[in-house]
Amino acid sequence: MSKSDRIPRFRRGTKLRFDKTRSTWVVLAPERLFMPDEIGTEILKLVDGQRSIRVISLELAGQFNAPLDVVEPDVIAVLEGLVMKGAMEL
Amino acid sequence: MTQLTPPMGLIAELTHRCPLQCAYCSNPLSLDPPPDELTTDEWRRVLDEAAEIGVLQLHLTGGEPMARRDLVELVSHATNIGLYTNLITSGVLLDDDAMERLLAAGIEHIQLSFQDAVPESADRFGGYRGGHAKKLEAARRIHDAGMPLTANFVIHRQNIERLEDMLTLGEQLRADRIEIAHTQYYGWALLNRTALLPTAEQLEFANQIVTDARDRLLGRITIDYVVPDYYAARPKACMGGWGNRFINISPSGKALPCHAAETIPDLTFPSVREHSLSSIWTGSPAFARFRGTDWMPDPCHSCERREIDWGGCRCQALALTGDATATDPACAKAPSHFVMAAAIRQTADAGLDFVPRRLKGA
Repeated sequence: MSKSDRIPRFRRGTKLRFDKTRSTWVVLAPERLFMPDEIGTEILKLVDGQRSIRVISLELAGQFNAPLDVVEPDVIAVLEGLVMKGAMEL
Repeated sequence: MTQLTPPMGLIAELTHRCPLQCAYCSNPLSLDPPPDELTTDEWRRVLDEAAEIGVLQLHLTGGEPMARRDLVELVSHATNIGLYTNLITSGVLLDDDAMERLLAAGIEHIQLSFQDAVPESADRFGGYRGGHAKKLEAARRIHDAGMPLTANFVIHRQNIERLEDMLTLGEQLRADRIEIAHTQYYGWALLNRTALLPTAEQLEFANQIVTDARDRLLGRITIDYVVPDYYAARPKACMGGWGNRFINISPSGKALPCHAAETIPDLTFPSVREHSLSSIWTGSPAFARFRGTDWMPDPCHSCERREIDWGGCRCQALALTGDATATDPACAKAPSHFVMAAAIRQTADAGLDFVPRRLKGA
């Protein structure tokens, strides 16, 4: 299976929430938290355990009017970064 | 002075009661008596205020937080107002019924402590016969409930040789995270230091095992490793800086920048019974005392790491030098750094006896 077909999901206990005090999205995980940047946030909002990396990348490419081959490597990098931090499964 | 940002985490020490008697407990030697504990309503108000000022994560701890009859009610309240709720427990009270009720209340993560990988030593250290077996049961319940689990192991001179077995146990229990924490020498642990401090060889052994396990488990199980200050060259960023990220509430309602802060004699810590969390965070002189970098003496003040380690730990500076404003002796640049090596030498011929943690005092 190519990376594009993989379906990312947050690991158990890991959640994306909007923090109204700081007006920003945060990833809350067991005894840690991450504050994704704007692009990271847009990617993570599409992680629902159903969409594949390709589907997420296509949606973002449409949303930001950018070529898929530019968007998809970014999506993979953000998600793999969170896998290494124990917050995501791919 | 940088602008004050809202706190990220609230550490709620619900009670100092605990069925275990771990000799490395970091609770204060003078434990809060049960009648002084905050009531359910008082805790609910504190949680509301915490969410209001921007706290994102709640850590329910103690003592043993499950010794509070209203724990499930507090978990439910916290999750309803959007706090990410983490329970830090010994697990010996986590039966099927408790698990079911916690799950229904929305608990998001459980950290389960182990005293060792084998029951004999674990039960001796916890001072609770059959405790280890109950913890294994608790871990199974947490896993079966589909909850993320952190297995926590505090290591010291008397159990460090079984570190590999602890990691294996964590894997077998299907933990999502394993926390290997060298004992931090506060409270009861400081009292029992000579029986607990590892040797340099033991530390090297442990470091290697953790490095190998991290490689092996990368992306599968996160391993957090808390190193021992006594062999450090740089101090830990205690609490991510004083009054910078966390508020700790003691069982009787004192708001503290860290759980050991009450050892510092010349500071007055506000009670949540008399003050709002907001006014405590922004206005308490005790929270402002060591916040940021202005308070720092040299070598901290001119150090390029001053906003990395925030001067280390004030309570440790006090405990080991008698001066809470001194550079943390864990730092190799500290004039008092030699006390760490002296403490290590002191343990070389010391016995393995320890004072168990008890509510009635040492």
